[in-house]
Amino acid sequence: MNLSLLILVPLLTAVAVLLGNGLKQIRAIAFIGSLVQLGLAANLLYVFLQSKGAGNTAPMLFEYNASWFAPLHINYHVGVDGISIAMILLTSLIVVAGILVSWSMEKLSKEYFFLLVLLSMGAYGFFISLDLFTLFFFLEIAVIPKFLLIGIWGSGNKTNSAMKLALMLMAGSALVFVGLMGIFYNTHTFDIMEIAKMQIPLQVQLFFFPFAFLGFGIFAALFPFHTWVPDGHASAPTAASMFLAGISMKLGGYGCLRVATYLMPEAAHSYSWIIILLATIAIIYGAFATMMQTDLKYINAYSSISHCGFVILGIGMLTKTSINGAVIQMVSHGLMTALFFAAIGMIYSRTHTRMVAQLGGLLKVMPFIATTFVIAGLCSLGLPGFSGFVAEMTVFMGSWQNADGMYRLATIISAASIVVTAVYILRATGKSIMGPIHQEHEVLLDATWNEKLAAILLITGIVIIGMAPFLITNLIGPSTDNLMLQIGKAITLK
Amino acid sequence: MSNYAYVLWIPLLPLLTFVVLGIFGRKYFKTSAGIIGTASLLAAAILSFNTAYHYFLVDGKVNGVFQKIIALQYTWLSFSPGVSVDMGIVIDPISVMMLMVVTSVSLMVHLFSLGYMKGEERFATYYAFLSLFTFSMLGLILSVNIFQVYIFWELVGASSFLLIGYYFSKPSAVAAAKKAFIVTRFADLGFLMGILILGFYGGTLDIGLLIQKLTSNTSPEFINITSASFLGASMLTWGLTLVFMGGAGKSAMFPLHIWLPDAMEGPTPVSALIHAATMVVAGVYLVARLFPIFSMDPTSLTIVTYVGAFSAFLAAVIACTQTDIKRVLAYSTMSQIGYMMFALGISKQGGEEGLGYMASMFHLFTHAFFKSLLFLGAGAVIHMVHSNEMKDMGGLRKLMPITHLSFLIACLAIAGIPPFAGFFSKEEILMAAFHSNKIIYGVALFTAAMTSFYMFRLYFSIFWSKEAAHHDHHHGEGTWSMKLPLVILSICAVGVGMIPFSSFVTSDGVALETHTDLMFSLAPVSLTIIAISLAAYLYKTQNQKPDQLATAWGGIYKAAYKKFYIDEVYLFITKKIIFPFIGQPIAWVDKNIVDGFVQSSATVTAKISSSIKGLQSGKIQSYTLYFFGGIIALSLLFIYIWK
Repeated sequence: MNLSLLILVPLLTAVAVLLGNGLKQIRAIAFIGSLVQLGLAANLLYVFLQSKGAGNTAPMLFEYNASWFAPLHINYHVGVDGISIAMILLTSLIVVAGILVSWSMEKLSKEYFFLLVLLSMGAYGFFISLDLFTLFFFLEIAVIPKFLLIGIWGSGNKTNSAMKLALMLMAGSALVFVGLMGIFYNTHTFDIMEIAKMQIPLQVQLFFFPFAFLGFGIFAALFPFHTWVPDGHASAPTAASMFLAGISMKLGGYGCLRVATYLMPEAAHSYSWIIILLATIAIIYGAFATMMQTDLKYINAYSSISHCGFVILGIGMLTKTSINGAVIQMVSHGLMTALFFAAIGMIYSRTHTRMVAQLGGLLKVMPFIATTFVIAGLCSLGLPGFSGFVAEMTVFMGSWQNADGMYRLATIISAASIVVTAVYILRATGKSIMGPIHQEHEVLLDATWNEKLAAILLITGIVIIGMAPFLITNLIGPSTDNLMLQIGKAITLK
Repeated sequence: MSNYAYVLWIPLLPLLTFVVLGIFGRKYFKTSAGIIGTASLLAAAILSFNTAYHYFLVDGKVNGVFQKIIALQYTWLSFSPGVSVDMGIVIDPISVMMLMVVTSVSLMVHLFSLGYMKGEERFATYYAFLSLFTFSMLGLILSVNIFQVYIFWELVGASSFLLIGYYFSKPSAVAAAKKAFIVTRFADLGFLMGILILGFYGGTLDIGLLIQKLTSNTSPEFINITSASFLGASMLTWGLTLVFMGGAGKSAMFPLHIWLPDAMEGPTPVSALIHAATMVVAGVYLVARLFPIFSMDPTSLTIVTYVGAFSAFLAAVIACTQTDIKRVLAYSTMSQIGYMMFALGISKQGGEEGLGYMASMFHLFTHAFFKSLLFLGAGAVIHMVHSNEMKDMGGLRKLMPITHLSFLIACLAIAGIPPFAGFFSKEEILMAAFHSNKIIYGVALFTAAMTSFYMFRLYFSIFWSKEAAHHDHHHGEGTWSMKLPLVILSICAVGVGMIPFSSFVTSDGVALETHTDLMFSLAPVSLTIIAISLAAYLYKTQNQKPDQLATAWGGIYKAAYKKFYIDEVYLFITKKIIFPFIGQPIAWVDKNIVDGFVQSSATVTAKISSSIKGLQSGKIQSYTLYFFGGIIALSLLFIYIWK
């Protein structure tokens, strides 16, 4: 399959959106574009599995390499493995759902849908890039729309939130850029597959790894650079929150894994204690901070910090199982948090409040939305049958395999967060979904067809991973093996 | 040996019912949901009894030993070579015994609910949740892999949450559901840690393999796990104790029992199913499932013994003072489970020494029937008087003859009067305790007497005491679907004790010879009769004696009535320590320090940008000024500094 289609389709959709007229036409264009994209992603999965089934063991499939800017050895080099396919599928699902929940976005609808589609293009490009410069280029494409989406269509203290988000993510990008330059000047290539074959000197790795890892880490809400997350998510319009938490934060996790850890494994090993420390703090600190929140969006945003800590923890532990867990957690968290934001958005658009104390008994008047909320909550607190359980347990099992005593302690502390998670999820659910209903809410209506469709899509993803986790481990397993070849070599070298 | 793969249908039927009723119930099966649920469970129960018949009576035994059969197994999630989560079905004496218990009690509850829950707005949802619970419980029982146990363990907890919170508009129901989930979640954290430890040292998560590796004194795994130690205890002790912590949470053992009494907020048939007969014995079942490993570690078994015995005693004391009939039953459940726990704790693996194990399983079996009968009876009473409080009841024996008779049978069974079911199983437990630990025996004996006392206090207060108040009994004693389960369970409460249990379920699969010693039974039975007489004296007719007694006992009575303030301790820790000293400081630090830093740098940036934005004014004149100014400044720099 030609991977460039994954970039081309959003690009064409974006152009078509600009040419469209009126909300109805624009949203139809965006929706069809996103469906085509979902179809492409599904097809990609199909041909990938077929090719793997036929015994193709190449680390990257469907590669395409063309010179882009020869003097600097910048190539347009794309290719996918199981991990990037998982991320692409995640992105395409969230895009469809995000467009569905924005169905009645009256305000500047053309610009709104244009930015959403543009953001998704950045994400697709990022996940298929095998050239560091191209990868960075797409990362930037995915950042700018967020600033505008929050700044223009946001709510609350939106200017401040948008500014904070843009500044922090730009700082992250700058750090990433320094890291990439460091790699480039030592290997004279931007090609990830080429660099992986070379041995970057340890001193260089030790110097540049923190830049790359922290840079991507800011995207993935690494403590203490996570503060853009709560305000950014809370101020963003629903679809933007979904994209932000579901896709953007995954760019960071993917970058930490594919660029920082994969290309500089020795440094990753040396710094693993810092990574694990920060991840453990994020997990437990995020969980306790969530417990004190009173706004549904803040609850989900803070819980994202805690959940994304598991991604970082899994990467930091550097065992095959823990990295598998990190990838599953990225997919799982993406779907779950998008579902959560979608449900919160639906509640907000009806009740005009997100404060837990002002809500209650919504199960009575809007059973569908309430059930969606409860499912997202149960997934978040790691109930078996949903993806969150599979992801967290894989991270725990993988982390536990790292037999270092202090790392074991970190695993135990992180695992303890499942209790705190249960507390905040059940508090939020108990107050807003259950309990007595407020009188003025008794007349509210349940979800419309587009909202239902969005929720069902995301729930399907969550349940498939939760019920049949072997599907995703079979998809990403061989690719993690490839990563581990590189990482394992580095660890034994030391 | 026959093929047991069809056992898969036993959990699958309720799962299908859950999916169908959960998705389409509200729309299409609003009234027929009950019939669908009951029918599917009837099929599951028939399959279970068929399995039991084949296993116990036809071909389960090879050379006099009941075999452990893995009927199905496939890898669900593979972590690393050798360590994977497998889903499967194990057929052995305890799993088959539990199959019968769960499906038959669940069937009775499904049937009873047809009448009890009639006309509920969310009738279909109720049956969907019941099916979900039954599926999870059956999956737990049939687990081949310790992680499979954990998965279904969590699902059982979630369905319990959904059912306790069924009346979701009631804040007290929501609070109870939350409490049950969070307390058991905390315990499950221990369970998870225990799994990680056992799985790491054992190199597998498969229960059969774990038992194989960790019960031989010479295997490298066993040597590793017993030689590694942390804080003075071996990792085997840690692993098992942590697993037991999970079990103690689900089985409401002290100090993790606080959720059980509150869980009575759920519909009463749910209490009969989940919080009396099935889910709460999951902890006992877990210890029994891993018993060969537990038997290798006396320390963890001692913990099991004392936690069980203390819980049995504590709950019995509290039960004597409660006035809500469901709460009395809840504490009674906790007390009886404590019995099962300590019976396991004092047992050894195999042979005559394994009497405690057999007795524990036997008591689990008989208890399921008479306790669910008690709850359903209480449900019928509550249905009639619309209250849970004893003071609103009294004299109901004429109004509800069937309920009265079945409740009496159940009370006699739990009190341990021969020939009712409880007598036989309790007798075995007392016997096992007598032969291994006299202190435990004493506690058990005293608890047995208290049990009879509070159960008959309950019985007399409901059915005798004063004359029946005027009740609006438009529905009489209830529909046939409510009476039938009471009758069937009454027959069980009389009959199941006669089953030669020890020839079917033992610690090593070999039949055990047991005999009832008349002289031995003399002490417990006479104590029981004295306790019942005392209850009759105090509560059969309305009088001032109970109040006078309560006043006389003063402090102790009040402490027991207030459940020894254990809830208050928990509330203090969460509300006064964790929230203000951990949660709030973290939230504050995040807002003011971590984010404060970012925020102030943003403010500074914004200030700078706004102060210099005037420079980009769009006025050609000022641009020209800056331009030439810049040229002059640069020229000066070049001339004077760089020369």
